[in-house]
Amino acid sequence: MGDEDRPLLNIKELKKSFGDNLVLDGISFSLDTGQNKVIIGPSGTGKSTVLNCVNRLVVPDGGEIWLEDTEIVSCDNINEVRQEIGYVFQGFGLFHHLTALKNVMLGLTRVKKVPKKEAKEKAIAKLERVGLLDVLESYPAQLSGGQKQRVAIARALAMEPKLMLFDEPTSALDPELIGEVLNVMRKLAEEGMTMLVVTHEMGFARAVSDEIIFMEKGRIVEKSSPEKMFEQPENPRTREFLFKLDELYGKGGE
Amino acid sequence: MILLSARIELIRRSLPALLGGTVITIQLTVLILLFGVFFGLLFAFGQVYGNKPIRWFVNGYEKVFRSIPELVLLLLVFYGPPSLGIRISPFNAAVLGLGLRATAYMSQIFRGTFKSVGSDQITAAYSLGMGKYKTFLFVILPQAFRVFIPPFANEYAIILKDTSLAYALGVAELLRQGQYIIAVAYDPLSIFLAIAAIYFVLTFGVTRLLKILENKLKIPGIGVEIG
Repeated sequence: MGDEDRPLLNIKELKKSFGDNLVLDGISFSLDTGQNKVIIGPSGTGKSTVLNCVNRLVVPDGGEIWLEDTEIVSCDNINEVRQEIGYVFQGFGLFHHLTALKNVMLGLTRVKKVPKKEAKEKAIAKLERVGLLDVLESYPAQLSGGQKQRVAIARALAMEPKLMLFDEPTSALDPELIGEVLNVMRKLAEEGMTMLVVTHEMGFARAVSDEIIFMEKGRIVEKSSPEKMFEQPENPRTREFLFKLDELYGKGGE
Repeated sequence: MILLSARIELIRRSLPALLGGTVITIQLTVLILLFGVFFGLLFAFGQVYGNKPIRWFVNGYEKVFRSIPELVLLLLVFYGPPSLGIRISPFNAAVLGLGLRATAYMSQIFRGTFKSVGSDQITAAYSLGMGKYKTFLFVILPQAFRVFIPPFANEYAIILKDTSLAYALGVAELLRQGQYIIAVAYDPLSIFLAIAAIYFVLTFGVTRLLKILENKLKIPGIGVEIG
């Protein structure tokens, strides 16, 4: 495994404005292979923008993003880089005209040029991993929100990414469906997937993450281990925010 | 009063001529549709993917050609060019005049169908490493095609009926063939009814077929729209 001394993902001084609105004001952090980091913070603080910069769906104004030896902001093979980065987001983005199985196969056959038969086997294996063997032939409109999101996760995993980005993966789900998605994510983390997650699910953050990054107004206010973050946050803003979350979502312990 | 049997006999005898006109009507319809689909698609791409001047041009084009009555367009295209020294046959003038109008509507239909595919799906396609081209081909097009069928059926019906305006340019399409018959066997009621029936069969038959295609392609779990 390529774990020399450099991190898998290294973000340096990331800056981004939308018009006059400064969204990212110099964000730096890194992620080693197998690590899980969770970004938390009030809405509108640029958490999602960080993820969108990592796969260059949003082009940063400044800074660098390194995925191993590739600098993402300036690279000229972004479609290849994106294959290394799985992206799962709030809106699922499943292809409506394709079955669950074909959703997972599409990237393999059309982007990676994997032969159909092999792609199908791979896709079935990934769907099994997220517990969806029984809906292979279902179309997205026939699936529940939790199932949709698990198909989306399987679709991202099928590309064998080095890194998975999750942007509020459970925010569009009914409360009773959140658990099934978080369980899949937890299992992934245990199996050693490198993950960068934006979420309000503090239980998940606490149980799975190696580090929690608290962002506000485009800056990192505090980053530390989940234990420290929840027991004795240094910054008063962090304390205030976590207290508010506790009120909204219940205590972040399990 | 003309006897019913005489009317039926007249229609029977007129049928070859009317069907001859029907062939011209169908030719006009198909050519205008092809014209509209080709340029409409081109314009829609320009509108969705093009730069500002292109979008501005397409916008203006749509506004202009949706605002001029078809008959005026036809007369303009037929009688206009000769004064600039360009001769154009009535048939070609009909295709061009109605084709220009069809382009404006088709372009709008295509644009709507492209946009019917939600941005989440496009984000997902990009994040799998698909470029714009693959995303269009494998994600947008298959869904847009399904959304395209109902408005296309509608546009087909409009174009088919509008070809009767080519009458004004002297094209021997269905309506004009009927007029020739009426001029000699004075029975406008029977002949116009026969003509109306032929138009009805052509319109209803094809839109019915398109409806069947639409149902066949329907994505399970989804009503008509795609979100």
